[in-house]
Amino acid sequence: MRSLHLASVSALTMAAASFGSAAQAEDLTLCWAAWDPANALVELSKEFEAQSGHTMSFEFIPWPNFADRMLNELNSGGKLCDLLIGDSQWIGGGAENGHYVKLNDFFDAEGISMDDFAEATVYAYSTWPKGTPNYYALPAMGDANGWFYRKDWFERDDIKAAFKEATGRDLAEPKTQKELLEIAQFFQGREIDGNTVYGASIFTERGSEGITMGVTSALYPWGFKYENTPGSYDMEGAVNSPEAVEALEFYKEFYETATPPGYTNSYMGESLDAFKSGQVAMAMNWFAFFPGLYADPNTGGDKIDFFVNPPQNQEGSTLGGQGISVVAYSDKQDAALEYIKWFSDPDVQAKWWSLGGYSAHNSVLNDPGFKDSAPFAGDFLEAMGGVQDFWQEPAYAELLIAMQKRLHDYIVADQGTAKEALDALVEDWTEVFEDEGKL
Amino acid sequence: MPDTPATRAAQATPASVARKIKGLSDRAIAWIFVGPTIFLLLAINIFPLIWTIQLSFTNFKANRAGREIKNVGLRNYERILTDSDIWLNMQATAHFLFWTIFFQVLIGFTLAYLINKKFKGNDLWTTIIVLPMMLSPAVVGNFWKFLYQPQIGLFNYVVAFFSGKDPSSFEMLGSVQLAPWSIVIVDTWMWTPFVMLICLAGLRSIPDYIYEAAEVDRASKLRQFFTITIPMVLPFLMLAVLFRGIENFKMFDLVVQLTGGGPGSTTELTSINLKREAFEKWRTGYASAYAIILFVTVFGLASIYVKALNKVKER
Repeated sequence: MRSLHLASVSALTMAAASFGSAAQAEDLTLCWAAWDPANALVELSKEFEAQSGHTMSFEFIPWPNFADRMLNELNSGGKLCDLLIGDSQWIGGGAENGHYVKLNDFFDAEGISMDDFAEATVYAYSTWPKGTPNYYALPAMGDANGWFYRKDWFERDDIKAAFKEATGRDLAEPKTQKELLEIAQFFQGREIDGNTVYGASIFTERGSEGITMGVTSALYPWGFKYENTPGSYDMEGAVNSPEAVEALEFYKEFYETATPPGYTNSYMGESLDAFKSGQVAMAMNWFAFFPGLYADPNTGGDKIDFFVNPPQNQEGSTLGGQGISVVAYSDKQDAALEYIKWFSDPDVQAKWWSLGGYSAHNSVLNDPGFKDSAPFAGDFLEAMGGVQDFWQEPAYAELLIAMQKRLHDYIVADQGTAKEALDALVEDWTEVFEDEGKL
Repeated sequence: MPDTPATRAAQATPASVARKIKGLSDRAIAWIFVGPTIFLLLAINIFPLIWTIQLSFTNFKANRAGREIKNVGLRNYERILTDSDIWLNMQATAHFLFWTIFFQVLIGFTLAYLINKKFKGNDLWTTIIVLPMMLSPAVVGNFWKFLYQPQIGLFNYVVAFFSGKDPSSFEMLGSVQLAPWSIVIVDTWMWTPFVMLICLAGLRSIPDYIYEAAEVDRASKLRQFFTITIPMVLPFLMLAVLFRGIENFKMFDLVVQLTGGGPGSTTELTSINLKREAFEKWRTGYASAYAIILFVTVFGLASIYVKALNKVKER
């Protein structure tokens, strides 16, 4: 990545010259979730302040309240945020409700090409209607749900021997979802160094999006589809397909047989806590946290390693990440667009990656040194090749809340069967799309 | 001129003000004083209520300002009243309401009865007992979440100590059977002192001479309790039940912190469900109908209850 660092210095100097003529210094507010990459962005943005003369303020909201807080802000036409790094699922509502500025003309005028960014991220974070060349955001933070594990435990001879004896195969990173479960079950309740440890921490949170993000990490590898024909909203037979039922039963079995007791409402924070406290052998979480995990003095470094969400019938990872948008209610749109232009610069993107942000720029991702730049970089590339996202419809919140309820009722509260849960979900979603006039 | 409050007020009125109101009738002056209050009441309470009723007959969504608003008649009401999930939320709310009030009245009255006895350290114990109700519900929810943690939670260890079970063998917040009771326990812990204070006020309002007369009549302590103490404290108790009933019907923060409505929808009280409909799904018309149904329910029950309370007071 050294070449990327050197290149970034020269580009930042050039960018400084171009921003030198900014007519009026503004105080821009950028809104995002409060997490590790946000701190990296604060650091990165100091360069922008120095070059443009604008000052940057930040409004970072804890994840559990992020959607509530920001969507309320947008719906009320609030002027708190000039720039918003909003979740990928908000793009439909952001575009249709006029919350986000359409960026096509700006991109054309400034020579910013979406071809310079990874195709999956442009599709997921920037376009509405999906896949059309109508851009409402610049891909800001690539992300996917991945896995990390206690490498030091996996390498111990006694544990390897016990695993071989129990399963007949070598203990290694899982190649399928079923292998993943098998490993997690092996560690469940096992004594290691005098402590009882558990298999894995997975997402089961009820209030926001947690359990949906966790379950889709099983659904997608089993081949889950939201519609039989894209854009037709015909969900019967797709959402509740036999493969989807099998994947949901798998996730429930995982929850019941391979997770620590009490993890009935866990999401990102709980997953990190379980791993860092040495309770679990493996955990799922977003790649965004991986730099921090690797740097952890107790469970990071040579004690940790990472792997992409394992396939089953196919590759499939749950998409995370966000695009950066200019809020339509901002009085400082020109300065906000300046920030977007600066942020899209390949060398700024290179620095973004080096600070702990996940760039979606091809110049970074395709750099020959990228895969070796971090122990999780190769996995990140692999994951981004097979990502799938939740509905991005304007009614996404209704769709998400319905799924949260059906999944939690089935998996955690143990009510009904997987088929019944998915059938009920199809009914809920059908009602939402009928209300939307799309069915 | 006689020295009455009215004449004293008239003399105290500045001359400039007196000139301005000279010629105004008493009724007009009364309206001047009452007007701002009535205006605020209309603006803050009545107008939003009427608007909510109007919205409840539409498909309005507050986050979709540009969307055509259609009149859907009684469809929102019909959907709510025929939705089995909402009836489950109602059941969860009724369970929470009944058992919290039951335990709070039982324990609150017992504590008040004990505290009312004169003993050393009485004031200190009163202060210690009322501490929980001084805490923020968010704080209480968070620390009880830790207490209920199966691996490190004190609550599980205490139960395990007495029952001989493994502390991590049961999950108060994660079990469908135990979660409804876990929120009842926390609310009871937090709000029993409130009921105790009201009962204590009731007990201290009973004049000693009534007990002295009963002693003269050789009434037993038990007889005194059931024929003097309970009847005279009953209006206070009923008031406490009314306050706690209304408060717990709209319970939100504590339960959200503890369970988030889970596991599944086991502890999803109507207020949590209503918030999801109104401010997460943004189904404003539907949520308005939901709010009206809840309002009518609480208003109706409270009216019946207040009538009963007045009858008890008259006795």
